[in-house]
Amino acid sequence: MSNQPVLNVDSLKTYFYLDQDQVAKAVDDISFSIYPGETVALVGESGSGKSITALSIMQLINKPGRIINGTILMNDTELLKLSAKKMTKIRGNDIAMIFQEPMTALNPVYTIGNQITEMLRKHKNLSKSEARIKAVELLKTVGIPRAEEVIDEYPHQLSGGMRQRIMIAMAISCDPTLLIADEPTTALDVTIQAQILDLMAEMKEKFQMALLLITHDLGVVSEYADRVMVMYGGQIVEQAPTKKLLRDTKHPYTKGLLDSLPNLDEEVDRLGAIKGAVPPAHDFPSGCRFSTRCPFVMDKCTQSNPELQELEKDHFVRCHLYDNGGDTLD
Amino acid sequence: MTNVEKSIVEEVKKEEITKDVLVDVQNVKKYFPIKGGILKRTVGHLKAVDDVSFQIHKGETLGIVGESGSGKSTLGRVMLRLLDPTDGTINFNDVDISQLKKKEMNEYRKDMQIVFQDPFASLNSKMSVGELIEEPLLVQTSLSRSERQQKAAEMIEKVGLRRSDLQKYPHEFSGGQRQRISIARALVLEPKFVICDEPVSALDVSIQAQVLNLMKDLQDDLGLTYLFIAHDLSVVKHISDRVAVMYLGRIAEIAPKKELYNNPLHPYTKGLLSSIPVIDTEEGGEKQRERVKLTGDLPSPANPPSGCTFRTRCPLAHDRCITERPELVEKEDGHFVACHLYTS
Ligand SMILES: Nc1ncnc2c1ncn2[C@@H]1O[C@H](COP(=O)(O)OP(=O)(O)OP(=O)(O)O)[C@@H](O)[C@H]1O
Ligand SMILES: Nc1ncnc2c1ncn2[C@@H]1O[C@H](COP(=O)(O)OP(=O)(O)OP(=O)(O)O)[C@@H](O)[C@H]1O
Ligand SMILES: [Mg+2]
Ligand SMILES: [Mg+2]
Repeated sequence: MSNQPVLNVDSLKTYFYLDQDQVAKAVDDISFSIYPGETVALVGESGSGKSITALSIMQLINKPGRIINGTILMNDTELLKLSAKKMTKIRGNDIAMIFQEPMTALNPVYTIGNQITEMLRKHKNLSKSEARIKAVELLKTVGIPRAEEVIDEYPHQLSGGMRQRIMIAMAISCDPTLLIADEPTTALDVTIQAQILDLMAEMKEKFQMALLLITHDLGVVSEYADRVMVMYGGQIVEQAPTKKLLRDTKHPYTKGLLDSLPNLDEEVDRLGAIKGAVPPAHDFPSGCRFSTRCPFVMDKCTQSNPELQELEKDHFVRCHLYDNGGDTLD
Repeated sequence: MTNVEKSIVEEVKKEEITKDVLVDVQNVKKYFPIKGGILKRTVGHLKAVDDVSFQIHKGETLGIVGESGSGKSTLGRVMLRLLDPTDGTINFNDVDISQLKKKEMNEYRKDMQIVFQDPFASLNSKMSVGELIEEPLLVQTSLSRSERQQKAAEMIEKVGLRRSDLQKYPHEFSGGQRQRISIARALVLEPKFVICDEPVSALDVSIQAQVLNLMKDLQDDLGLTYLFIAHDLSVVKHISDRVAVMYLGRIAEIAPKKELYNNPLHPYTKGLLSSIPVIDTEEGGEKQRERVKLTGDLPSPANPPSGCTFRTRCPLAHDRCITERPELVEKEDGHFVACHLYTS
């Protein structure tokens, strides 16, 4: 791992300006870096701001949303200062993104071949016949059987797993340095999920990409990520190398998530659910955003939102329990 | 014990179990016609459920897992007669309901309810929560208005919401709360049997845990029998007593859950179990797991492979699997598997 990050996000805020003067603080002061060859997982429950973080990096935020603060450095380029045209070039060339539902990203009226060759011709200046040869090659790389035939088929003729393979083929077609995958397997069955995640890991090695993997599945995190960032209420509440986060969990929210999961190895009669529900982004509680659900809540938690502090080397946590250094939970 | 005594004991045991059977499904099939050509004639059949048999005991939870399209929901709907079976019998409390007319069926509907996956789509947004919970009572019983309201009020508290919530509308609730409302609606008629079709799949894990805990509590309190459909194998393991694995409309394996998870026999079950990403907190190396990689996709149920339908993805397929369909046979006590590896 080199010391120069591929991507550096600093103090990013993306807000949505809703009716009646309400503001949804979807992403609220987020900072992180991703290094070459690294897989970083972004986990959190629905509405915690994972997708908006990814879309902010891609600058695909639409009204009523707006990036209101921060810098996003890709190698040495400040993305937020680029023209729309330059940003379009970055998207696809340097950063590629895969979405949960590939059907929304693939155009239903064009063949698979059309869509891949168009992309290759735009970004790589290939001739039509060169692009087609390269497209077949790409389909084979991502393990599509009958690649020569599939290239002339339409998205709806393929299964969900096959479509996700096509998305991966398109994503890697221009050798991006960063791949962002937003819940790439949530819509798939477990056996297909395992195939797709293994394929992504293999492609990451082969093409030396960094991977930002958005997921809500801590099992996926455990098996595929080097580092994890846990999001809650638009902020990172805990961040650490994967093993460290799972073994030496600091934040009560992370702990709650882990206890909520039914475990295949261990029988428990009742699961350790977290009470209540995620507060909406336009109406966070004052103080710590997790305070309304936290079993360890103290007076000061309702008064001030704790800072993200580095408790141990590479292990960051946002929680008042550790204001005086603190040690571990319970 | 002599052999005679042994067989007497076994006979008695068998009787006890059959006495306790609430639902007995035998050779159930559901074929959907495939229409083709301009005349829209039936050109073939999609075998969504293809010769499935099993029993569910009183107070038990039978889990059903399988990939998308394997026929789980169709089976659930056929069991409640929301769909008519193509063939087979469905005994509920010793009455075959598979051929009952709509009107005759109404009598049994009260006892059999269903909770769906999507708490957003399954609740009418124009009705208040109170109206939603009272509706089944209005349709199925002759209770007075105040009696209905009384029952709805009791029910809403049972599922962990407040009486004041009865005046609100579905959109005012979160996903987990809406699923609680769906559960209240299903249970207000005091059914004996509830089919849960992916009731927690759309929920976040912390909320999923709340709903699973609630469903377990209600089962204990009300003596419910569940058929619990899900594709998440760890959720199914948590909630079930026995688990059936479906593949292309058939049962590949069925066993008490400990048996199934610790000693899976079918190559498909092994593949499913080893595909689950697990949290590994052990220091250093990887947890030791037997990895059975499954390649390829689920074939179309409109055009399933001959013989064993799993053979196209099976790492152990041999000639016999192409020609002959494996029957579900009991390998160990209560552990059934449909695979030629286990038939001689
Ligand atoms: N178009 C929009 N208009 C208004 N608010 C929005 C919009 N998109 C997102 N938000 C707000 O941003 C918050 C974060 O949304 P985001 O999509 O990033 O969540 P997520 O973590 O990706 O959740 P999920 O797991 O459900 O995909 C949401 O709670 C929502 O309030
Ligand atoms: N009304 C219908 N008409 C025709 N085909 C149907 C109908 N309902 C279901 N099918 C088909 O039957 C098969 C089994 O579907 P079913 O919904 O039972 O699967 P499932 O196991 O519940 O899948 P999922 O996990 O996606 O919910 C599928 O191939 C489906 O397309
Ligand atoms: Mg998202
Ligand atoms: Mg279903």
